[in-house]
Amino acid sequence: MHDMSPTIKVEELRKAYGELRAVDGVSFDVQTGEFFGILGPNGAGKTTTLEMMEGLRKPDSGSVTLFGESPWPRNPRLLPRIGVQLQASAFFERLTAREQIRTFASLYGVSARKADEWLAVVGLEDMAGKRNEDLSGGQQQRLSIACALAHGPDLVFLDEPTSGLDPQARRNLWDVLRDISAQGRTVVLTTHYLDEAESLCDRVAIMDHGRILESGPPATLVRDLDAPTRISVETGTITAEAARGLADGLEVSDDGVSLTIATRTPAPVLSALAERDALRGLSVRGATLEDVFLHLTGREYRA
Amino acid sequence: MTSFVSLSSAMARGFFRDRTALFFTILFPLMFLVLFGGLFKDAGASKTDILQIGAVPVVDQLPAEAAAGLDQVLAVTRTSDRAAALEEVRKGDKAAAIEQVGGELIVHYSAADAVKSATVRGIVESLVQQANLAAAGVTTPAVTMRTQPVEDQSLKAIQYMTPGLLGWAIATGATFGAALTLVTWRQKKILRRLRLSPVPIASIIGARVAVSIAIAGAQCAMFIGVALLPYFGLQLSDQWWAFIPVMIAGTLAFLSIGLVAGAASKTPEAASAIANLITLPMAFLSGAFFPLDGAPEWLQNLSEFFPLKHLVSSMQDVMVRGESFAVTLPDIGILLGFTLVLAAVAAFLFRWDDA
Ligand SMILES: Nc1ncnc2c1ncn2[C@@H]1O[C@H](COP(=O)(O)OP(=O)(O)OP(=O)(O)O)[C@@H](O)[C@H]1O
Ligand SMILES: [Mg+2]
Repeated sequence: MHDMSPTIKVEELRKAYGELRAVDGVSFDVQTGEFFGILGPNGAGKTTTLEMMEGLRKPDSGSVTLFGESPWPRNPRLLPRIGVQLQASAFFERLTAREQIRTFASLYGVSARKADEWLAVVGLEDMAGKRNEDLSGGQQQRLSIACALAHGPDLVFLDEPTSGLDPQARRNLWDVLRDISAQGRTVVLTTHYLDEAESLCDRVAIMDHGRILESGPPATLVRDLDAPTRISVETGTITAEAARGLADGLEVSDDGVSLTIATRTPAPVLSALAERDALRGLSVRGATLEDVFLHLTGREYRA
Repeated sequence: MTSFVSLSSAMARGFFRDRTALFFTILFPLMFLVLFGGLFKDAGASKTDILQIGAVPVVDQLPAEAAAGLDQVLAVTRTSDRAAALEEVRKGDKAAAIEQVGGELIVHYSAADAVKSATVRGIVESLVQQANLAAAGVTTPAVTMRTQPVEDQSLKAIQYMTPGLLGWAIATGATFGAALTLVTWRQKKILRRLRLSPVPIASIIGARVAVSIAIAGAQCAMFIGVALLPYFGLQLSDQWWAFIPVMIAGTLAFLSIGLVAGAASKTPEAASAIANLITLPMAFLSGAFFPLDGAPEWLQNLSEFFPLKHLVSSMQDVMVRGESFAVTLPDIGILLGFTLVLAAVAAFLFRWDDA
């Protein structure tokens, strides 16, 4: 692509359900080939934003442009170029996994063989003959993603693609998504897993109450937060009292399982703990996207 | 085109794997046919049983043609035991007993069944008149009487019921099929997923039309197949297959009714209720279950507004009454008119999404 215009351009997007302003003035661009993540607590407005981008919902105001065109109303020029996995999976009734993906593939003129390959990519070849009603939640989720990707779209929308997946399947899916991104395709995903966003996304936007609170590359957001490092040891290894005395300006908390010390200068604290031989169950964690998320939304994230 | 084919096949598989839908679309109407076909096997062409005591020249010497005609309405059993014969009539087992004593033909009839005995008296009277005319040398009488019962009473029950119940089955199948596909596909977000794919709307609707017509075809095959069994004894006219165009037009009309019901409802339950509310009363008021000839005139007029009436009467015309394809043309036109109007309403009400 030699043109410099972004693949996605979202400007001042708004959508209200009655009194509730689900999306309240959202703007961002996504460049061609970029991996873009939208984070936010339940009800933040992620799905609503995505659906307006996909052309499933009409914005109250503001605009969405994909490849220079508006997705609303249903735009047949855009549809073959985008792939969508919806938060709530949608399958034909009483069809097997194989029939399911072949049917969707054929709507895009993709061969049955190619469709079957995608079934293998998401690890469902053994489940090919099972009806979707008989698949587990995670298997349905993987099938739904395969259905979104089988036609090789230039732009992919994934709404919480890894929710309900076991850790193994989740890692596998990350590999699949990295591959897609490496092929120069543009990916937009929403997630509650901050490690996922940190590991996959070139850029993230953190949303709450229908607004984007912050956006940028995960590393930049974390660095800009300038959050303390957290050092934890098993509860009972050292008393909170003693821990506070290890250095100046320490924040100490104990949840009954582990005792956590927050500090901006971890090195002296660690050596002091070592001197006291109080390292049982030690873990050291730098600031993560989770801290950014917490800091911005003021809430624990709920996976 | 590929999308039309793959959607049709997805829809058809979904249907044929749905036991409930299969039961209500195919087996349930067929049960009606088997049940009523069996119950009323001898109705319609019901002959009146009479006894003939000894020789009755008036009957015995009837020309072959007249004898065959008589055979259609009277089942005559010959006996020589006069006392036993009269006893049978008294008990109501037979409608009448006839005997001829010289020039006098005596009809012993039971008063138990006024209609039947009147029938017998009427028929015997006409036989006597014919015999008198013949005796007087009038071989070609100036006025002859031919008994031609009202058509629907002459149609054996199975003749009437096969097209009637089949029309009802097709109507129900097409209405429910379209209504439930539309609602469940919307509710299960399949429509929304399809909206995101480049499939033309025409392919989605085309697929439903193709599947509905295929189902109607299957219903016809099952119905006609069962009714043709010797036990039921359906007799098809020479050009019976001329019902196919009107069957397709009827399927389209009811499919559009189903689309309206589906577009107007949010849940499958609501869609079923609407579909039932439309098809069930219509079946009774359109002559699908029983003839409307005896119904009040306002009802007969009202029935003209029901697509089912046009479907059923045209199917009866060509399948069992021996009418030609041309007779069905007005009904085909009316059914297609229904289709156009209702499809427009459905398109107006159509929603991809609940939200
Ligand atoms: N169809 C709808 N009608 C009314 N309100 C809605 C509708 N869809 C969403 N909402 C409301 O809009 C807000 C944003 O919803 P949205 O689905 O966009 O959130 P989300 O960020 O995707 O949440 P989650 O993480 O739970 O998926 C919520 O408060 C939700 O209750
Ligand atoms: Mg959501």
